[in-house]
Amino acid sequence: MAGEVDAGVGTDVNAAAGTPTNAGTTAVGPHGGAAGYRAGRTLSLWVELVRQVRRRRTQVTLGFLAVLPFLLLIAFKVGNGGDNRESGQFVDLATLSGPNFVIFALFASADFLLVVVVALFFGDTVASEASWSSLKYLLAIPVPRGRLVRQKAIVAGLLSLAGLIILPAVSLLVGVIWYGAGDLVSPTGEALSFGIAVGRLALAVCYLAINLFWVAGLALLFGVSTDAPLGAVGGAVLVAIVCEILDSITALGGLRDYLPTHYTMAWSDLLSADVDWGDMARGALSALIYGAVFTALAVRRFSTKDITS
Amino acid sequence: MPGISQLRRLGGIRHGISRRWLLLCLVVVVLAGAGIGLWVHRGGQDAAVRSQQLTIPVVDGPAHDQHVSLDATVYYPTSTPAPAVLISPGFGETKNSVDAQAQRMARDGFVVLAYSARGFGRSSGQIALNSPDYEVADASQLIDWLAARPEVVKDSTGDPRVGVTGGSYGGALSLMVAGLDHRVDAIAPVITYNDLSQALVPNNATTGSVGTSTPAVAADGPNGVFKRTWAGLLFGVGASGPTTDPPSAASVCGRFIAEVCQAYQEIAISGQASPQTVALLQRDSPLAVTGHIAAPTLLVQGEQDTLFGLDQADANARQISQAGTPVKMIWYDGGHDGAAPGTDQQDAITNWFRYYLMHQGSNPGTGFGYDVQGAFRTNGVATIRTVTAPAYPGLAGSADSTAGATAQRQTLTLAGPPDQTVVNPPGGSPAAISGMPSGGSGASALAGQLAVDMPGQFAEFASQPLTSQLLVAGASQINLLVSAVPGQTAGTAGAELFAKLYDVAPDGTRTLPGAAVAPIRVGPLPADGGPVRVTVTLPGIVRAVQAGHTLQLVVATTDSSYADQVQPAAYRISLAGPSGAAAAEALSVPVVPGHTSAGPLPVAQLIGIGVVIALCALAAGWVAIRRRRPVDVDPALVDVPLALENLAKSYPHGVHAVDALSFRVERGQVVGLLGPNGAGKTTALRMMMGLVMPTRGEIRVFGHRVRPGAPVLSRIGSFVEGSGFLPHLPGLANLKLYWQATGRPEAAAHIDEALEIAGLREAIHRKVGTYSQGMRQRLAIAQAMLGLPELLVLDEPTNGLDPPQIRDMRKVLRDYAATGRTVLVSSHLLSEVEQTCSHVVVMHKGRLVAAGEVAAIVTGNGETAFAVDNGQRAAEVLRDLDGVLEVSDVDNTGGVVEVRARLNGLPRAEAVRALVAAGVSVDQVGPRGRLEDAFLHMVGGE
Repeated sequence: MAGEVDAGVGTDVNAAAGTPTNAGTTAVGPHGGAAGYRAGRTLSLWVELVRQVRRRRTQVTLGFLAVLPFLLLIAFKVGNGGDNRESGQFVDLATLSGPNFVIFALFASADFLLVVVVALFFGDTVASEASWSSLKYLLAIPVPRGRLVRQKAIVAGLLSLAGLIILPAVSLLVGVIWYGAGDLVSPTGEALSFGIAVGRLALAVCYLAINLFWVAGLALLFGVSTDAPLGAVGGAVLVAIVCEILDSITALGGLRDYLPTHYTMAWSDLLSADVDWGDMARGALSALIYGAVFTALAVRRFSTKDITS
Repeated sequence: MPGISQLRRLGGIRHGISRRWLLLCLVVVVLAGAGIGLWVHRGGQDAAVRSQQLTIPVVDGPAHDQHVSLDATVYYPTSTPAPAVLISPGFGETKNSVDAQAQRMARDGFVVLAYSARGFGRSSGQIALNSPDYEVADASQLIDWLAARPEVVKDSTGDPRVGVTGGSYGGALSLMVAGLDHRVDAIAPVITYNDLSQALVPNNATTGSVGTSTPAVAADGPNGVFKRTWAGLLFGVGASGPTTDPPSAASVCGRFIAEVCQAYQEIAISGQASPQTVALLQRDSPLAVTGHIAAPTLLVQGEQDTLFGLDQADANARQISQAGTPVKMIWYDGGHDGAAPGTDQQDAITNWFRYYLMHQGSNPGTGFGYDVQGAFRTNGVATIRTVTAPAYPGLAGSADSTAGATAQRQTLTLAGPPDQTVVNPPGGSPAAISGMPSGGSGASALAGQLAVDMPGQFAEFASQPLTSQLLVAGASQINLLVSAVPGQTAGTAGAELFAKLYDVAPDGTRTLPGAAVAPIRVGPLPADGGPVRVTVTLPGIVRAVQAGHTLQLVVATTDSSYADQVQPAAYRISLAGPSGAAAAEALSVPVVPGHTSAGPLPVAQLIGIGVVIALCALAAGWVAIRRRRPVDVDPALVDVPLALENLAKSYPHGVHAVDALSFRVERGQVVGLLGPNGAGKTTALRMMMGLVMPTRGEIRVFGHRVRPGAPVLSRIGSFVEGSGFLPHLPGLANLKLYWQATGRPEAAAHIDEALEIAGLREAIHRKVGTYSQGMRQRLAIAQAMLGLPELLVLDEPTNGLDPPQIRDMRKVLRDYAATGRTVLVSSHLLSEVEQTCSHVVVMHKGRLVAAGEVAAIVTGNGETAFAVDNGQRAAEVLRDLDGVLEVSDVDNTGGVVEVRARLNGLPRAEAVRALVAAGVSVDQVGPRGRLEDAFLHMVGGE
């Protein structure tokens, strides 16, 4: 049998019926690719964006973030019972002014909803392609693997950012219409004028975007490691929840500073006239380190992985 | 087998990968370590402090003849000699109450001497209320004792480097000692008084003028109102409790010296202080000595303090700074009605002593910081922010350039009906409630909301709702007109009133900041109802009054915390507006602009962020450079669509999916990759597409080595296991998006040809999610053909197709190859390969079994089978033919006999003609067996 191994299938190229006419002669591009093929042009951000935006999960997620402020508004309008004034939460301040309404919306969603949104966009992006079997066709184009992860991560980032902006933007609109463009009153009783408050809200969104980078990296890592989108998203959310539970155990003391969720709420430091940037810088550094490590692992894993989906 | 050099190369790659991995790990560890180091600074050592219990004998008294033994503890730092700090506890407390603070300061490097003042704890003697003859003399002798210790740093012989601190009673002592003993180098009095007579018998009204240079100045009028509840509480502490020097059972004075006891009894009974009593209290107050204090002074005062209010600290600061002594002021959220100083304040005290006693650390300066309580509370704990200003406003002689600037005051117009009549009930009961003195931190959270005013007993004036937040920091001032009701003589002797400033929320909720009231005594009043104009200083508070809130001034006749007037009386109260009718008056509200104490700019973290970003950029660049490998081309193979060389893929646990697979595919061929399920066909196809990395060997497409992302892959169109469409998009959109993803020109897609092959007609506009298996299959093959790739790789393309579609598909593939392109089709169906392909590669268990032209394999060794009626005869005829070899045995099956022969190039027609000519009737002629036989034969031969 070994003797047959080297036997080529074709005995003679010229013997093959139908000599090359209009094929075979196809122009060959650089590096041996097909004519017109350039690695740098594959899977452009626009194409990937179209692929993702036309998905129901994207539309539902972003739509939900736009509807949430209205749900909160209805809840505040309907639920007037229960005298919880002065109980000391953002919720008590929520109806003071438009900016306060936004702060409440962010406060209510920062530690879970936004984590889920980011985990969804980043964890699902590669894993869902794998589950549809479309991943291998993208790689066979070929979209270089590093580029595929990069383009998908960028688009997931854009969508996450859109979600991060939609929620406060709609909240601000709803809040200003129903509660007016008044001062932002912080839990420490400080008041910031509307203009400054809007600027601070923008900074808070920026901080949240940076702080959620670790979730993005982790979800991406899970996403390239599994063919089950739910597993990737759920895994990242699970890790975030576990971190938050650990963070609530005060007995852990200083160890909690290393938890990636420890500085999730540091953006609330922006609510005072003179901002203490310490925790936000620590939170940004922590998120960047975790995010960079997870992303590097994700890229590494994906570029060496056998695609069997 | 791969060559040695190839093996080496493979080894090199593996080695390179592991080194890269190692480096990455190293970078991660370094990054994480650096980051962790940057964002967490934690110290904290709770080593035991060496301490020693002592009894220090002192001699004091006006005649310097009273022997008293003081119970003290000395705490030593780890390294001596060191500067000393003398800590004196509060009224009714012993040295044990300052143990924690003493230990902490000893850990910070000070020799600490804590002691119980005379009359308290195990110290003997009687309480003289910080009299210079008694308590202050004792403290001076403790400084003598320190001067004799070798562990204490000396400024000169008999003059130790020493600071004094203490809370309340102990705070006043530190001021007194600093004023009377010039060996004291720095002091930090906490929540203490300036003038005990004003603290216990205050009058916040004066017909004269009140300074406005400092924010919390009080009127300090004469003939005040007795702060009954607080005074009683303090006297009770001194009059009872264990003592080493028990008082006689008959005495009501307890451990107080007679002079103090008599003074208290006088005030408590009459409700008023005589001039002698005031003189006594003032002699024993810091007021008497503040002009002599040269030791830099850190004043820490509480905002929740109805005993020693902010005005007391204000007075201390004014008087001490007059002498040019540096004064720093801190108002914290606490006090006698609230919490003891927290770590922030204790750190400030330690830093103060560190700078002035050790000459270490940065200059704490002469700034001013005050805590602002949040409007809302979380779980009962106030949210606090600290506002810092460069200096306490209005102080003289400070080094700061802004010092000397007077306090800013905002004016807020109050309005209310003129001549509001208020009645003092007989016996002063029922009395208005302002708060619970000494309520402790738990009650103080509620204190501001407890206030109750009795109907008919108060006048009220209110501001308009504020348009922006007003941060009140200090004592507001307002001018009032107080008059007797004409015809009623009861009020003419003088009015005892209580002024308070409420923060009223839009919903009507009132809060009395600090639960503080300003008692005022005005009088006597003209009997004709003519008004007496007084300036009233309201309690010193820190309060952020929110926009939309109003400030409400209430002037009441009673307050449960004070000795209320027992005579019934009625008064009229008006605002001292420019004209009586206007009834509007400016409330002068002190504000101290500053900055909320923000932490230092987190430089280390920002650098860390920069480093992380830079490292990420470096890593990305490095990866990009590594990716730019030289193109690996074998010039001999540039015209060969596909060449596999010794390809192998094995998984852990020794599973070999593909093993030593080598074959070539030439242009124009339709090659079938044949094998049973699990033969490794799909794995081989995936390796050709760059999806799965070979463990060994290589694949070349048109001479280019296949690697993940190799550009040459763009010349392959593929369909492998699963159609891979976005289910939420229609078929056409899927194809278009896929082509867009390739980034190649739209014209090169030949999408119409592809659509024709798919043959989906209208369904092409439906979502792929609604497609049947066959429709998806056809769409997938169409996708593979987009751009008419030179090599088409299809995995089981006819699965799920109808027979007519299968027939069409065969034609499509043959036509495709006829254009000079190449098609590789895998199948486990022999008939499929036989009917579609020109060539075949047979795989089994990952290995190549056979490869070649379909016809060649089917014909095996060129054997032809003849079904005849007479086998014997046929065999003879065939043997006689020229060139025919190996005519095989006759096989008789049911009347028809099969004879096999290797015709060896002789056309079958010739053989048949010969047989027929020989009278043999030929039923069938064909190649011996089918591919199936060949395949089973080959597989079975394993």
